[in-house]
Order: sequence, then C-alpha cells, then structure tokens
Amino acid sequence: MSDGRSGPDAGRDVEAYAGLGDWTPESLAVAGEVRAVVSAPHPVLSRAGDDVDPTAEETVRLAADLVATMRVSPGCVGLAAPQVGVPARVFAVDVTGHPKAVTVHGTFVLCNARVVEATRWKPGREGCMSVPDLTGDVKRASRLVVEGDLPGTGAAVRLVTDGFEARALQHEIDHCAGLLFLDRVAGAHAVYQRKVYL
Amino acid sequence: MNELAITVIGRDRPGIVADVAEVLAQLGANLTDSTMTRLRGHFAMTLICTGPDAAGVEAALAPLAAEGQLLATVRAVTPDGEVAPAGEPYVLAVHGSDRMGIVAAMTRVLVDAGGNVTDLSTRLAGSLYVVLAEVELPAGVAEAVTGRLHRTAAELGVEVTLRPADPDLL
Repeated sequence: MSDGRSGPDAGRDVEAYAGLGDWTPESLAVAGEVRAVVSAPHPVLSRAGDDVDPTAEETVRLAADLVATMRVSPGCVGLAAPQVGVPARVFAVDVTGHPKAVTVHGTFVLCNARVVEATRWKPGREGCMSVPDLTGDVKRASRLVVEGDLPGTGAAVRLVTDGFEARALQHEIDHCAGLLFLDRVAGAHAVYQRKVYL
Repeated sequence: MNELAITVIGRDRPGIVADVAEVLAQLGANLTDSTMTRLRGHFAMTLICTGPDAAGVEAALAPLAAEGQLLATVRAVTPDGEVAPAGEPYVLAVHGSDRMGIVAAMTRVLVDAGGNVTDLSTRLAGSLYVVLAEVELPAGVAEAVTGRLHRTAAELGVEVTLRPADPDLL
C-alpha cells in the first residue's frame, strides 16, 4: 500500500492521517508541570515503554508535563516519557528554530508512535539530556514517516518529515523502546566525552 | 585512591582484553576509560584504572608478558584537575600518498592556531595514508585554519577536510 498503512490500522479514518491538524499543546487543556529528568544508568531508560490510552487523563497530564519540561530545558528539542521516569510510549518534540531543521511541525506530542518508513540514512553526532557527559555518532533516516496517536483526542496521525526533525523523532521513539543513542553508535570509537564549550 | 595509567602492547591474539580485564578485576582495580585497537596487527591498549597500587598491578600483569609477546606498563598518574573549557569541535580528515611528515605538518597548523587534538588515528593501507583527528579550535579561527591546512596539504600533495563536529542535543 503506497501510503504505508496496512494491518490493524488499515481501516482508520484517512482524514486522520493528514498531519497534526489543529492540534497544539494548548489542546491538552492542562497546565503541565516540570518533572525531573533522569540520567543513565537508570532502569527506566532501558526498558520498553508501555502502550498508552491517548485519551486517558494520566496520558494527557503526562503529555503536558513533557512539553513543560522540554520548554524549560535549554537546547532541548525532544523529551520522552522514560526520561521523566515514566515507562510509557509518549514523547514531545519541538525543533522550531533549529538551524538544521527543514520540515518543522512545531510543538507536538505523540503516543504509541512507530516508524513506518525510514530512508536516506545519514550519520550525525547526537547528545541526550539523559546521557549528559557523552555524545556519539549515530546513523538516522533523514526521510521519515511516523504514525501515532495525539494525546487528548486520540486521533491517529501520520507525520512525514525529514532532516533534523526526523532525527529527533527517531531518538525519542528509541527512548520509548528502551533504547539510548549508545545502543546505536557507529563503532567502538564513535562515543565522545561531551565538551563544555567556550 | 590510586589512579593508574596502563599500556599493553604486543602480538595480537584472541583473549588479551579478557585476560587483562580479569587480572584488574581480581585486584579490585576499576577500569575507567580505555581504548584498544590493532595497529598494523599489533595489539595496543591504553587504559586508566583506579584502585590498587602500581606495583601490585604490574606484578599481576607480569605473567601475561612472560612469554615475551606482550609488554605491559603501569604507572601512577595524578587525576586531572579542572579541565580548561573546550574550543569548537571539528573533525580533520587527511588522505593521500604516504610520505614523511604529514601528521607533523598538519597538526602543527592546528597547534599554531591554538587548537588541540583530542583523538587521533592514522592508517597506512598500501601507499594510501589516512589521518583522522578530533580537534578543538578557538572560536572564530576555523576559516583561517582551513586555509592554512589546505596550503600545507597542497605542499604535501594530500587532501584535507575540516568539518564541524557539533553534537545535536536531542
């Protein structure tokens, strides 16, 4: 199927796959609280997150908390539930204004997201708030199609993106699967001490 | 807490890393940062560990070197104090026909600009020589350094690229 939909999702509303629609973090109608970010080695970062009900109150609250925490963290373009200690498949992303971003969907939260198409793999050096002292070279798809559910409405969405936003999405989806960038580094000499810049 | 710098160099065979790590673990020496590679087929490992005194570690590693195929050295080092703020990160890549002085000339350009090499590997494959280095440069000098690297590379008859290695925080 050319749009990548098959299996259990094949019968979903086609309209729901158009993108984020009019969803914004304000749609959650909950004031998010800033949560503490956990660092590796912490077991919650290494276990697969659970599927969530995107319409459940606790999911909506978690989504709002992820956005709030992401917004107060300097340079943070994405944050996954395991990073705030919750083993759930929920993450927030916002690459707005990032110099490497091409396609930008603004601030959004996805539940139960999965990659359905990944092409044009490119290497890049990544850091992570939960691995504060190291960076690593990781190959990521620069052309990406992701499907997931929006918190609150529970609407199914299909996002087509590229470049930096695609890298951020793959990094966060990995967190939801219990994977860190360390699980994907290019080789034995592809992890570096993170440097404190002038 | 003793901090020890250990090198193990010699003829490669399967099991050296396991043997060395096992000796250190049995002594209660905690392996911290380490790197190991094969240099033209020779086993080469450098590591820092904390724990016991240098003499004890040297004695424990001695049996590994007894057959004359491996050389292990151990010495106490002083833990690094405050590390100076890093410059901007770049990756330097050089390749071309092998000749004397490529690493010397290219790294001298970096040093003269206030740069610092933090990671380096070189490989000779046939007549092809390859240099890869992680480099920190003071802010704002990259363009001038790139020009000087290209002039030096032209004199040596090799190719050079200097590219930013900024990590993306995700």
